Amino acid sequence: MKDKNVIQVEDLSKMFGDFAAVNSISFHVKAGEIFGFLGANGAGKTTAMKMLIGISSPTSGKATVAGFDVYKEAEFIKKNIGYMSQKFALYDDLTVKENITFFGGIYGLSKKQIDQKRCELVDELGLQEVTNSLVGSLPLGWKQKLAFSVSLLHDPKIVFLDEPTGGVDPITRRQFWEMIYKAAHNGTTIFVTTHYMDEAEYCDRVSIMVNGKIEALDTPKKLKEQYKTDTMNDVFLKLARG
Amino acid sequence: MKRFVGFVRKEFYHIFRDKRSLFILFGMPIAQILLFGFAITNEINNVNIAILDQSNDVTSKEIINKIASSKHFSIVDIIQKESSIESIFKKGKVKAVLQFENNFGSNLIKEKQATVQILTDATDPNMANTISSYMSSILKKYQQELNRNMNKDYQIVPQNRMVYNAELKSVYMFVPGVMTVILMLVSAMMTSISITREKEQGTMEILLVSPLKPFQVIIGKVFPYIFLSVINAIVIVLLGIFVFNVPVYGSLFLLGIESVLFIITSLALGILISTISATQQTAMMISLMGLMLPTILLSGFIFPISSMPLPLQVISNIIPAKWFIIIVKGIMLKGIGIGFIFKETTILVLMTLLFIGISVKKYKIRLE
Repeated sequence: MKDKNVIQVEDLSKMFGDFAAVNSISFHVKAGEIFGFLGANGAGKTTAMKMLIGISSPTSGKATVAGFDVYKEAEFIKKNIGYMSQKFALYDDLTVKENITFFGGIYGLSKKQIDQKRCELVDELGLQEVTNSLVGSLPLGWKQKLAFSVSLLHDPKIVFLDEPTGGVDPITRRQFWEMIYKAAHNGTTIFVTTHYMDEAEYCDRVSIMVNGKIEALDTPKKLKEQYKTDTMNDVFLKLARG
Repeated sequence: MKRFVGFVRKEFYHIFRDKRSLFILFGMPIAQILLFGFAITNEINNVNIAILDQSNDVTSKEIINKIASSKHFSIVDIIQKESSIESIFKKGKVKAVLQFENNFGSNLIKEKQATVQILTDATDPNMANTISSYMSSILKKYQQELNRNMNKDYQIVPQNRMVYNAELKSVYMFVPGVMTVILMLVSAMMTSISITREKEQGTMEILLVSPLKPFQVIIGKVFPYIFLSVINAIVIVLLGIFVFNVPVYGSLFLLGIESVLFIITSLALGILISTISATQQTAMMISLMGLMLPTILLSGFIFPISSMPLPLQVISNIIPAKWFIIIVKGIMLKGIGIGFIFKETTILVLMTLLFIGISVKKYKIRLE
């Protein structure tokens, strides 16, 4: 399984009229890798990600996700990926248990599987006390960890995280990244966008998008050497300023 | 199917946990039907009236006593001449004047027939209508007693005359009207709000990334509202029948089918609204301004379409509620079958298809 590419992108573009939001990008992501997808606001990250998760169709280029074609096999892609967006995305007016049951249900898990997953998840996150509380009453950090776990409920091959740690405190961010490591260790590929450059350091490889193009793609270590800086922050600034 | 059941269950959780939704769903129909029923129409108590007794005999005195002892009316003035009627109405002191013709009592014995004129202030048409019918029934009751006691065949003829607004509307109008407004409100506004809420919270994105197909998401979202709207329709009809004695002459089954059709029309409109609005606030504003007001004002519910200016009459044709009110009135009050409302039904079906068509198109554009 290692070294096999689970995401393969070639010359992928998305045009909105004359404007190329994503301009002929190519990259691949290996199974079990933590792939950081960086870029300033408006650089085209979200548009690129939407094409990969099957809710937006590309204008041109080729892409496969989990072995399925983004044009023709979006339905199969959806079954094999998990997704967590920058906006918090569980239902506030449902309890922890009900959210898990609902999301397990729409991914077609059986009641038995859902019960088993729920017990594991609740134990792992230490949510025993609050399984029957409304999600809206939980602190943001808990919600986000829960949302991540829910996106992994159906054991997806790849999980897409769109700025998952926006607005949470550094300690929770740290814990969140421990969860990401654990998922990656279990063989799940992580595709993550972020604004935090310290988080970029945690990734196996990162790509940096500027104006719809991928300007740099390598391990954080090599990128720092290449741009002769000590931090990813400086790499990013050098690239983004052109 | 199992996914669908799970989805629908989640929708019910949303509805039952949001106090506002629950109030709109169930508080509103009951409050409105009671409000329209009681406050605006039926029951009258201690209505001020005046008497003009040109006969002044034993019989007229007896009738006046009957009326004075009824809890519905209180006699506040006795006037002497016909010319005072207008001024007393204009002052707004009384809602009605009861006028006995000259020689009322002797006419009744000689001609076996005598006339009482009931003049009502019809600026409030429902009130006027109710007053006349209460008054007439008191007269009729007196007549029956008189005939039984004397073993005769006397007739007291009440003549109703509306002052200021001769064209009266049916008191039964409000049940079809309220039913239409409520179904429109619950179905269109509630669905559009609940869909835009998913968009606002970002959960719509999660649902679209899941293996659920977009139409499954939409059907799952609207299904509970079909169910709840049907319950609402049943509650309104039952309240109409048992609390306000509104008759249902036609087939209840047909009424049910037509109601489901109108509910689906409204849901389609709700979906359409949700495709063009990004937030719950927008959805609510569009629903209220774009649907509720026209539904209340232009559907013939409150203002008769025939007396509207021509441009408004033309516009009223694109209001789905107009057609549904015609259907409901026809079935409930006239007892007509599908043959007579075929045109209206077809129009509603076509409107529904059109709304769904536009929604699907908009939805696709948005996904791109």
